[in-house]
Amino acid sequence: MTATLPPTTGPQPGGTQPEAPLAAPRPALAHDWRRIARMGSIAAFGQVFIALSNMPVRLDERLIVKPVLSLGYLVLLILPFAAGYRQGHQIKREGVPTYAPGLNEVVGGLSCGALAGGGLSLLAVLLTHFDLREPLVNWSPILLDLLAFGNATWFAAVIWLVIGGGMGAAGGVLRLLGPRIRRAVVTMALAVAGAAVLESLVVDLAEGLGLETLTDRLYARRGGVNWSSALGLAVVSGLLAVVGRGRFRQARTRVTELEGAKRTQANVGLILLTAAVLIVLPLFAGKLTNELLANVGLFVLLALGLNVVVGLAGILDLGYVAFFAVGSYSAAVLTAATSPKIAPEMPWLAALIVVVIIAGLVGLFIGAPVIRMRGDYLAIVTLGFGEIIRLLFLSDWLSGWFGGSQGITNIPAAGIFGLTDVAGTDPRRVFYLVLAFCALAIYVSWRLEHSRLGRAWMAVREDETVAEAMGINTVNVKLLAFVVGAVLGSFSGAIFAAKVGSVFPTSFLILVSIVILVVVIFGGMGNIIGVIAGSAVLIGVLGGPKQPGLLVEFSEFKLLIYGALLIWMMLARPEGLIPSVRRTRELRQQEMAQDAWLRGEVDDDDGGNGPAGSPSAV
Amino acid sequence: MSPGHPDPAADSGDGETGAATPLLEMRSVNAHYGAVHALVDVDLAIYEGELVCLLGGNASGKSTTLKTLLGMLNPTSGEVVLDGEVVNDQPTSYRVARGVTMVPENRRLFKRLTVRENLDLGAYLRSDSDQIAVDMERIFELFPRVKERLTQKAGTLSGGEQQMVAIGRALMADPRVLLMDEPSMGLAPALVQQNFELIQQIHEAGLTVFMVEQNANMALSIADRGWVLQTGRVVLDDTAENLLAHPDLQASYLGTAEQ
Ligand SMILES: Nc1ncnc2c1ncn2[C@@H]1O[C@H](COP(=O)(O)OP(=O)(O)O)[C@@H](O)[C@H]1O
Ligand SMILES: [Mg+2]
Repeated sequence: MTATLPPTTGPQPGGTQPEAPLAAPRPALAHDWRRIARMGSIAAFGQVFIALSNMPVRLDERLIVKPVLSLGYLVLLILPFAAGYRQGHQIKREGVPTYAPGLNEVVGGLSCGALAGGGLSLLAVLLTHFDLREPLVNWSPILLDLLAFGNATWFAAVIWLVIGGGMGAAGGVLRLLGPRIRRAVVTMALAVAGAAVLESLVVDLAEGLGLETLTDRLYARRGGVNWSSALGLAVVSGLLAVVGRGRFRQARTRVTELEGAKRTQANVGLILLTAAVLIVLPLFAGKLTNELLANVGLFVLLALGLNVVVGLAGILDLGYVAFFAVGSYSAAVLTAATSPKIAPEMPWLAALIVVVIIAGLVGLFIGAPVIRMRGDYLAIVTLGFGEIIRLLFLSDWLSGWFGGSQGITNIPAAGIFGLTDVAGTDPRRVFYLVLAFCALAIYVSWRLEHSRLGRAWMAVREDETVAEAMGINTVNVKLLAFVVGAVLGSFSGAIFAAKVGSVFPTSFLILVSIVILVVVIFGGMGNIIGVIAGSAVLIGVLGGPKQPGLLVEFSEFKLLIYGALLIWMMLARPEGLIPSVRRTRELRQQEMAQDAWLRGEVDDDDGGNGPAGSPSAV
Repeated sequence: MSPGHPDPAADSGDGETGAATPLLEMRSVNAHYGAVHALVDVDLAIYEGELVCLLGGNASGKSTTLKTLLGMLNPTSGEVVLDGEVVNDQPTSYRVARGVTMVPENRRLFKRLTVRENLDLGAYLRSDSDQIAVDMERIFELFPRVKERLTQKAGTLSGGEQQMVAIGRALMADPRVLLMDEPSMGLAPALVQQNFELIQQIHEAGLTVFMVEQNANMALSIADRGWVLQTGRVVLDDTAENLLAHPDLQASYLGTAEQ
């Protein structure tokens, strides 16, 4: 504890620190070969796994750049490239020189990538000589054909070594480029990939706006970006990246550094702009796009609800789908004529009030026993409750109410004050309804987060015992989190019931809980914008448990990719996709304080002398 | 072993009131963790304005005593009395609202929350926002360093700074009696002395302090009275002076051997 740095002992976020001069590049062959072998084998293993999961075969149908690159080949190319790039990474340590990148990085990347590609070479050889179709269903000639580009086995063995090496070397070369060019290259790749991924969305919107000629030029008829337009897109985005270098980031920090009224103004402006876009956009979008947006919105609602429970109050609820189910089923029972138990069918909005009350009660009912537990036990018990609720809806015992496995069908559209009827046949209206509830949920989450209750939640999350010692009634506070989460989830459920028109127990599997949790973790726990971004990326692009996303081809591998993303996220960016602004600002301040300390502007004898630096009277 | 229990009221040295009712009292309290008998017939009384300490080795039941006083653990028998009222059935929030506040063992700040949020949480049960602001300013006067660190995460502070925030957080509750669980634990040796001076200073400003310590010599040098706890029993109960001179102190309580 003596002589610690006064501002922080945490890891230093790089960036504003003045760069130390680089040491001369290392010789080309001076490598830690064991590290290369390790990274290369991991990548090779990943390659083989991807190949055997049948991803390349299935994804081969989706073209990225026509006719050169399909999604199938892309997933096989990306790993050697990433391994090659990663290999050149140097950990910056004080007192240890950082070497300028050079031939060393390229050779390292090449070796890494070749090893990774070698995995596929080996696989191709094994494919020809053994038949393991029994345990590995995808062990097929089709895969071999794909790996060999229609040629003989030896060709596959050689070509993947070459391709892997080439991609790895390219990853190494990326290290050589200055940060400016590197950013441009990355932007180009992202622009082309983004254009390809968002194809159906862009085409749909362009049709609505009467800009078909543009998209006709951009996209080939059978899908994928035309190679010529891909080139054009790359050039334009690359130029933009070089010209607009850092502008975006500057603008953002300028906004985050605004204080008081100015900040509020900027925020209000941004919110209004976003709202305007979200209101206008669907008018020009077709059914598919609106459907997609509505699905994303439903998951935003769910994720915001779970975010209160997990992100703010720190209660790891693995059975959150229960509240989605309760919302759906109670809305269905109350509004559908096919459910016999409640005779006069209610209008949807009136039913919603009852739904909220029911969901809140169920939240209390489940929460009461659960919150007395901590950590792992709590998670396991919530998992159980999630299943119990689903099984109740499925049971014969209650089939008079919920229809058992037949579910409840013919749920009428949701009438809004007699103005419109919102049903799944018109996804645009569904989206507007979802949007309204999302706005409500965002506002509620935001207000709660900055309220006394929100602070109490965070205290409970950080240290329950101490929170109790501060006088926080931890039991009540945690119950409230459960109830708020339940109510937000039930909104989503009630809309879902009206949208789909029928509810079945199979819509509420554990998987839904897991997906919502992954969305929250992926976006950034406890962070509203992160949660929204998480839903947009995961649900919008990859798709939800039953809802297709933009990359329809991925739906089979959705869970695999969810898992991989989650692991990568936990390792590389545990704070989530979008760390909260608050956190960024804090980190920046720490840096500034540290710089000041380094320049000797802050006396540094504090660490050694105590709480009462110079105390005056109380 | 135990010497005769002196009448505590007679010793309440610089107490401003010298009132007959203790501010906080334990009457033959027993407490259990499951089958473990953590406190055995513990009697103690803290009077307004006192600075008193509870000494004892590891696992002797010191923290348990504080938890029981604060209502985080319910006694299996006996009474906890706050200002003349038996509060056995009252939750922690009730006791905190009536002026009992604890600085937990090892400070235990909310590490991922900012310093300001930590301080705000100290005042969780208060609604007098004007007075809260005044108290916050007083804490900044006491610890100017805390003010500089307001928007920083508490977990990134140095040990000394964390101690300041921990005490500040407790003071934000506007307590009448401050329970401190081993305030010198985990502090660098150079900080320990300062830490005790600070406690004395807070006490002189009018706060009743009940401090739990292993560092007997240091604690007794600033305390008025003290108790020694051994496996959940009070074995010594005397003035600080007498305790320091007591031949059994070292024997009954090995923790003092360090100095
Ligand atoms: N949460 C708990 N559950 C079970 N036993 C506990 C718990 N906390 C403390 N104990 C036991 O109670 C006794 C007293 O502990 P404690 O009051 O923490 O001692 P001290 O603070 O003096 O070190 C010890 O034997 C300890 O093991
Ligand atoms: Mg203890």
